[in-house]
Amino acid sequence: MPEQTYLEAIRAGLEEEMRRDPSVYIFGEDVALGGPFGVTKGLAETFGANRTVNTPISEATVMGLAIGTATAGLRPVIEIMFIDFITLAMDQLINHAAKLHYMSGGQLKIPLTVRVQCGISGAMGAHHSQSLESWLAHVPGLKVVMPANPADAKGLLKSAIRDDNPVVFIEHRGLYRSKGDVSASDKSVAIGKAALLRQGSDVTIVALSSMVAPALAAAKELEAQGISAEVIDPRTISPLDIESIANSVKKTSRMVIVHEAVEQGGIGAEIVSIELSTGSLMYIFLTMTR
Amino acid sequence: MAAKKESPRETIELLRRMWLIRAFEEKVSTLYAERQIVGLLHLGIGQEAVAVGALSLLRDDDYVYGGHRSHGHAIAKGADINKLMAEIAGRATGYCGGKGGSMHIVAKECGFITATGVVGGTIPLALGAGFAAKERNKGQIAVVFFGDGAGQSGPFHESLNIASLWQLPVIFVCENNGYAEFTPLSAHTKVGRLAQHAKIYGIPANTVDGNDLFAVRAAMSKAVDKCRAGKGPIFVECLTHRMRGHYEGDPAKYRELSQLAEWKKKDPIARVTRALKSQKALTDKELAAMESEAQALAEKAAEFALASPWPADDQVASQVTTN
Repeated sequence: MPEQTYLEAIRAGLEEEMRRDPSVYIFGEDVALGGPFGVTKGLAETFGANRTVNTPISEATVMGLAIGTATAGLRPVIEIMFIDFITLAMDQLINHAAKLHYMSGGQLKIPLTVRVQCGISGAMGAHHSQSLESWLAHVPGLKVVMPANPADAKGLLKSAIRDDNPVVFIEHRGLYRSKGDVSASDKSVAIGKAALLRQGSDVTIVALSSMVAPALAAAKELEAQGISAEVIDPRTISPLDIESIANSVKKTSRMVIVHEAVEQGGIGAEIVSIELSTGSLMYIFLTMTR
Repeated sequence: MAAKKESPRETIELLRRMWLIRAFEEKVSTLYAERQIVGLLHLGIGQEAVAVGALSLLRDDDYVYGGHRSHGHAIAKGADINKLMAEIAGRATGYCGGKGGSMHIVAKECGFITATGVVGGTIPLALGAGFAAKERNKGQIAVVFFGDGAGQSGPFHESLNIASLWQLPVIFVCENNGYAEFTPLSAHTKVGRLAQHAKIYGIPANTVDGNDLFAVRAAMSKAVDKCRAGKGPIFVECLTHRMRGHYEGDPAKYRELSQLAEWKKKDPIARVTRALKSQKALTDKELAAMESEAQALAEKAAEFALASPWPADDQVASQVTTN
C-alpha cells in the first residue's frame, strides 16, 4: 500500500469522489487555489472552477448556499477554513442542514459534507485553535467524524460524501504532514465504527484525532512497564460506537479518555456518561476523575 | 420583453387562487382561535397578490423558498391544501408528517422546497438552488420570499453579493409589509426602499405596489424572462401590508387603526374584483360563487386535517437522519 500524508489522503478522497460522482461540488474560500494548506490543490484544474468554487468570505451564506444545492440535487462539500469560523455558519448548519430531513418528514435529504480543520498547531492563538466538536455532536441530525490517520481520513471522507446526511468532517491541522499507509482502492471507512488499534488487557485508552498517536506511544511505554493497554479510536463522535468501547472496558476494567479540548462539556465526559448508561462502567475498579 | 396583459379568463383564475389562499388562511385563523390548531401561526392575509402574482409565472420545476409567513406561497406554487392544512394542524397526513408545522412547510412535489422559522434563512438556500439550476442549464430558476425584517441581516447582504457575482438565476421577492415583527421598518434602517440594497450590489431592482396583482405580475414577468435567459438575479420589492398581527394573537397595538383602514381599501382581492367588474368579465353572482367555492375547499381541508391521525409515537423520533 502506498504511503501518503494525511493531507494528500484527503485530497485523494476528494478527487476520487469528484471523479466518481459528477454531482459532487466543492465550495470554500480559496479552494480553487488549494486553500492555505493545499488540500484542494489541483482540483479546479482537473474538474473545472465550476466544481471547485472559490467563495467570498461569507461563511453563513456559503453554508446556506451549499445546503441549497443539496435541496436541488447536488452533493456539496464545503470547506470552512478553520473550525473557529464555523460559528459564523451555525444558523444554517443547525437550523437547516441538520433539521430539514426531519422537519420535512423525509421529503428533503441534505447530503452535505463540511470539511473543517481544528486544534492546536502552529501558535495561531485562540481564534484559530479551538476544538468545537462536542458542540457539533450535541445536534441531532449531524454526524461528526474526526479521523486520526491518513487511511481513516480518506476512507471516512468517502463515506461522508456518499452519506445522505450532513457530516462534519473534522481534520486536525497538526496531522496534515503525518504519514501512513493508504489504500489506493476505492475503500471507504464506515461512519460510526471505532477502530481497535491495539489489543490489551489492563486498561482501555480511548483516544481521538491528534491524541491517537500519543496514546499508542504511551501504550508502548506501558508495555515496557508490564502494563497491557488497549487503544481504541472512536473515529466518529456522532454517532458514537458505544459497543466497541463497552466491550473493551468490560475486559480491562479501566478506561482513560484522551482528547484535545477544553474540559467542560467535552466529548470525553459524554463517552463516560454513555458508557455509564450501558452499564459497562460497572466493571471499573476505581473512581472517576478528570 | 414587455409583460403580456392578462386576459379576463386568466385574471379570473388568478383571482380564484387568491381567494383560495384567503379562505384557507381565514379557516386556519378560526381553527387557531378554537384551539384546534396550536403553535405559532403567522398569516399573510392581505398579501395574496404577491404570492399569486409572483408564482403564477413559474414552471413546475422552478424552485421556491419561503419564510415563516408562507402558506400563501405554497398554495400559489400548487400545494395540495388538504396536506397543507393537515401539516399546519400537526397531523400525520400533512406534507411533513406533522413534523414541520406552519413555519416549516415543505411541499417538494410542487417545487415549494422549504419555508423556515429563521428570518431571511432561506435566502442563501435559494442561491444554492440557483447554482444547481445554472449548472444543469435547463432554464430553471429559484424564487425566494422574505420580509423587510430580513433586509437588515448579514446573510441578506452576503446573498445579494454572491448572486450578483455569480449571476445566479434567482429572483429575490421582498414582501415589504412595513413591519419587522412589531417594529416599523423606519426604526430598523435609514434605507427607505430595500430595493436600494440590490442596486448597490449590481442587481436590477424594482419597487412595486404589492397589493396590485397586475403590477406584481408585470414586474415578475420581466424578472422571470431575464432570469431564465441566464441574465442573472433580479430583486422585486413589493409594498404590501398584513391585515393581521405579526402572529395570531398579536393585538398589533403598534399599528394605527386608521392605517389598517387605509390598507383595507387596498385589499388586493377587492382590487382584482373591481378590475374584472369594470371589464364586465364577471357578474356579482359569479364572484360570490368563487368566494364560497374557496371557502368550501378550505372547509374540506379542515375536515380532512382534523379527521387525520396524529403522528405515531415511533414517527416522532424517526427521520432524524436518513439511516
